[in-house]
Amino acid sequence: MVSGGVTKFAKAHPAMDFRLMVKKAYDQAMAEVPNLTKDRITGTRVSYFSDHFSRQLKAASMVQDYLGLNPKGSVRIEWGGATGGECFQAAYEAVASGRMDVCLAAGYETMSRVATWKGNEFIALASDTNFDFPLGGFYTGYYALMVVRHMYEYLRLTKFAHVKDEREAQRLAIAEGQRIMSWVSVKNHINATHNPYAQYPKRLTVQDVLDSEMISYPLTREQICTMSDGAATAILCTESVAKELTDRPIRITGVGTGTDTMRLADRPFGSVPLYPHEKPKDYEHLPYPGVHSFRAGRSAGLEACRMAGITNPLRELDFIELHDAYASSEIQTYEDLGLCKYGEGYDFTLSGAPFLKNIDYGLDVPRAGQMPVNPSGGLIACGHPVGATGLMQAVFAFWQLQGRIKQHFGDPTLQLRNPRRGAIHSHAGTGSAVTVSILERGF
Amino acid sequence: MPRPKTFQHFRDVQEELGRSGAAIFRDANGVESLVIDSPYSIHYIHSYAEDSPFFLALAEGKLLGSRCTNPSCGFVYATPRGHCMVCGRPTEWKELPRKGRVHSWTTCQFGSEAFLKETPYNLAMIEFEGAGSLLLVRLKDCVQSDLYVGMPVEARFASDPKYSITDVWFVPSK
Repeated sequence: MVSGGVTKFAKAHPAMDFRLMVKKAYDQAMAEVPNLTKDRITGTRVSYFSDHFSRQLKAASMVQDYLGLNPKGSVRIEWGGATGGECFQAAYEAVASGRMDVCLAAGYETMSRVATWKGNEFIALASDTNFDFPLGGFYTGYYALMVVRHMYEYLRLTKFAHVKDEREAQRLAIAEGQRIMSWVSVKNHINATHNPYAQYPKRLTVQDVLDSEMISYPLTREQICTMSDGAATAILCTESVAKELTDRPIRITGVGTGTDTMRLADRPFGSVPLYPHEKPKDYEHLPYPGVHSFRAGRSAGLEACRMAGITNPLRELDFIELHDAYASSEIQTYEDLGLCKYGEGYDFTLSGAPFLKNIDYGLDVPRAGQMPVNPSGGLIACGHPVGATGLMQAVFAFWQLQGRIKQHFGDPTLQLRNPRRGAIHSHAGTGSAVTVSILERGF
Repeated sequence: MPRPKTFQHFRDVQEELGRSGAAIFRDANGVESLVIDSPYSIHYIHSYAEDSPFFLALAEGKLLGSRCTNPSCGFVYATPRGHCMVCGRPTEWKELPRKGRVHSWTTCQFGSEAFLKETPYNLAMIEFEGAGSLLLVRLKDCVQSDLYVGMPVEARFASDPKYSITDVWFVPSK
């Protein structure tokens, strides 16, 4: 990867249609690599999630022609919430296979073109329309179902195992889970106060998050990402071209993907695929994935780590930008990615490991800086224009590894010290598809 | 012809579209965009195809799952599927018990547009004795504070079927 661009994500950009948004993110990326002329771009991969939002089919063709890239090759990529992550990997594959020397990955979403609750309907159409959609058509409800079971498995049956009254034990477990999910929301919103591209930077307290409107129990408004307009681009090329274009290229050393059943109801109760540092004994009595964990995330993480030669992600990665559409899924994803064992996600959060060392969160975070997760602010605070999101993560990770956060954010706070290797993680509906890509400093 | 009205807040633009069908949005930089109402309505000819017997059975007050016909597999699906996910063989219909337990649950204060008028509503994933997968349903006649994992529940069926998954719902077992 030699360059990237991203528009500020916003509730609505009515003055820009999708073509203009992508053009701005494209121009920003091209300006960073002045030796790259348009004629050297071999082709593109263009991503957006929903045809419903723009009510313009084959919109990717219009991106291609607005950028003046005809008659070069292009194809549209769509894979639910993981659309941006898949687009990044499609561009990677185009270059790695030898088909292209330079590939532009470009993604966008214009979600403001319908009312929020109509937008929720469009998103929920990416669930089984015979069995799931007619019950409420509401993704937040599906994630709430997942985290209630997660809290049952990992708080009720552990921390609250001593409580005799079953219903009381479950209430206590959920209350504790809500409090810990709020830590994630606080972290990501406060990180975003140093990121000028973020949609909702704010200093929140755990109490603010708990007091915000209940959307789908136990998830409150501040624990959920919102609808956004935005675009992002990444330019990928061969190693020899990269050296001509920049003195700070970033190497993509691992890509992984995974899938799971569309319906939560169909997820099996089997055994856990293990990272090298885990043992079968760790999960002897754990029905997996059930509805509590994302098997696709684990599968993607294992594949990407194997390719990059990583055996222990917590020790060998310097940071992760992951798909926190819900504060709950950030905690579930810590476990999928092997940052901690299944069941340890809540304690991992409270240890402070995913927090930044140099920021005051108003929380006691003794292990802060061990594994910064979503230093940019993540989806919860940056926004989630679906087709752009996975590419936004790539751009923020790219700037982080280049050591150019200060240059792009006008604020050095989020720049980690000398990061060498980071991961980006993109996730589709209830974990039906996940991508993980590993980026490393190539200079 | 008069120009559409100009607004600085996008929310006001949305309201104006409901009234007159057009508005101008002026952003903080003074850039103006013309915004119009653009309705879109479709009637799909949706076939339940191989899932049809499930929805017809609901109308008769029966809950059908499916069982793999491979004797060495025999996996039972609470949400029916035409072919087995484990071994790939065809499945056969199998009536499920009317009673089950809550595997997980939530209470939704919102939903997508079509369901907002039904809020709040409860969703639950149900586990059945003898089945290896779950069924997602609405849970009625109870409120958030009544719900817990493991709660015994039983099926109720619509007397005027709409041929939708909402023709079945569960209530707490007495």
